[in-house]
Amino acid sequence: MDRHEMKKAAEEIRKMTISAIAEAGYGHIGGSMSICELLAVLYGYILKIDPSCPQKEDRDRLILSKGHCGPALYAALAWKGYFDRELLKTLNQNDTRLPSHCDRLKTPGVDLSTGSLGQGVSLGIGVALGCKMRGMKNHVYIIVGDGEMQEGQVWEGIQFAAHRRLDNVVLIVDDNKRQLDGWVADICNSFDLAQKFSAFGFTVFHADGKDCGEIYDALIMAREAEKPAAVLLDTEKGQGCSFAEAADFNHYMVVDHEMAAEAIREIDRRMEEELKK
Amino acid sequence: MTREFNDWVMSEIEREEIEMRECYCNALIEEARRNGNIIVIDVDTSNSMGTKPFYRAFPERALNCGIMEAHGIGMAAGLSSVGFIPFFHAFGVFASRRCYDQVFLSCAYQDLNVKIIGADAGVTATTNGGTHMPFEDMGIMRNIPNMTVIEPADSTMIPQAVRHMANSWGNFYMRYGRRKMMRVYNEKAVFEIGKANVLKEGCDVAIIACGIMVHEALLAAKALSDEGIDAMVIDMHTIKPVDEETVIMAAEKCGALVACENHSVINGLGSAVAEVLCENLPVPMERVGVVENFGEVGTQEYLMEKFGLKASDICSKAKKAMARRDRL
Ligand SMILES: Cc1ncc(C[n+]2csc(CCOP(=O)(O)OP(=O)(O)O)c2C)c(N)n1
Ligand SMILES: [Mg+2]
Repeated sequence: MDRHEMKKAAEEIRKMTISAIAEAGYGHIGGSMSICELLAVLYGYILKIDPSCPQKEDRDRLILSKGHCGPALYAALAWKGYFDRELLKTLNQNDTRLPSHCDRLKTPGVDLSTGSLGQGVSLGIGVALGCKMRGMKNHVYIIVGDGEMQEGQVWEGIQFAAHRRLDNVVLIVDDNKRQLDGWVADICNSFDLAQKFSAFGFTVFHADGKDCGEIYDALIMAREAEKPAAVLLDTEKGQGCSFAEAADFNHYMVVDHEMAAEAIREIDRRMEEELKK
Repeated sequence: MTREFNDWVMSEIEREEIEMRECYCNALIEEARRNGNIIVIDVDTSNSMGTKPFYRAFPERALNCGIMEAHGIGMAAGLSSVGFIPFFHAFGVFASRRCYDQVFLSCAYQDLNVKIIGADAGVTATTNGGTHMPFEDMGIMRNIPNMTVIEPADSTMIPQAVRHMANSWGNFYMRYGRRKMMRVYNEKAVFEIGKANVLKEGCDVAIIACGIMVHEALLAAKALSDEGIDAMVIDMHTIKPVDEETVIMAAEKCGALVACENHSVINGLGSAVAEVLCENLPVPMERVGVVENFGEVGTQEYLMEKFGLKASDICSKAKKAMARRDRL
């Protein structure tokens, strides 16, 4: 895999997300930024999907259980060609097809609606079970927040998936260390997530969430695993976006065009340096 | 001649100077100074609920348990059984829907003492959209025996509501919009659980409202007055137990009613009023509220228009109720 191409895609998705949020004036920037690399790898290189045929039965599924990060998913979908990039400008506008939380009835390419944390895990496991029962060979990727892992429902799902050996499940944790109110470790410690997943019968993989190559390798291994797999992504909330990285509270921010322009210039500079290397 | 608003109503109705969550938290801190048993419970939304100042004032009496609503409310019930008075905060959708069995059995069934605050009533959830927009929370809570359900209209009512909750035993659900609302009341106004406020006398039609709809009801009464229609306006801030006496009085005086809520027309204020009417004095009644719909993203103004919650919607329903009465 061309790591440079992957990184370029990630930065492209990041820029599109920042612009869309600035157009709306505010949004869940922190958790959107921390999944740009992941989404680029998934949509660019992992998911077996076809934007020209979004409802194809045996396609891979992606469920963004941390549904408040819809803006990043919408950017990835536009990048992949599910809809025109212009549509991103309508994020959160009256009568929009791109609402703050993912909605399968509104947005082409969104497999299931999310926004109430925890529910995407059970939804995804239901999809995985159903696909298996139908004899399909596809995979279901579920993206969960590290804060979201506090919801009891998440662990009910994990236990069930392990019990049924749903090896078509890949559960990805965006371990960005922060939730809405602050640091996960301060609010309610997750302790050792890898150990918890193993104890629950999952195979666990780790990757640096800023390194597309590592993410790619981990996802490939997770897909091949004989048990349901968890991929723990070491990320930073707000990563790659200067103003979000600098903010104490970056879960949700008011973002104006000037901030967005500066952040995007910064990304472009970064990309140029990458190229020189 | 149509009558004026009574002397509790602001002479100039304007947008509040402070956000409602700030007003709420100030009141709770004040109450907590008097009562050492009051504690705050959050589920990773203290920034949104505006309870942060409480953590600074009473760090040892504020608990953020993380994103675990079902655990948080159950733990609150347990704490109340050893004498604490927990105020539990969450988005209204999660406080009601996600905690329902816990509220039912851990809190209400065993007569414990938890005060549940559900923020972002109805369309005030604006751009958080459909997943975060409760149109059913009052209905859910109203179904639980002995649960008190309130929706105060503004910053005059909220602190008084907090005081009442802190000082009476039992489980309460309060819903409200956490940002700036319209200030309807001046300082003279009194909030008493279960006692509706008549804000304007009238004899042609009675408009009964709660929360943000009280302001719309006042606008509607003004518009109707321009057409010579003398509308009574009632703030039914306590949805349960509903003030039966006032509903019956309004039905007797006007013979036509409109109930208005920023909520589904099923099982909320309109249903409560209809139940009283049916069993006591059936007169024509219309409901303003959300009909068979989910929320979505949008500005409050856009959503109110979309779901038919504007003063103009109240006016047409009022006329419809009057016409039905006149045909009888
Ligand atoms: C059931 C539920 N409770 C509360 C919320 C409000 N909420 C939205 S995002 C969030 C924090 C999520 O933290 P995390 O899972 O770590 O996501 P990220 O850091 O990626 O934004 C909260 C509490 C919600 N959407 N659903
Ligand atoms: Mg997080």
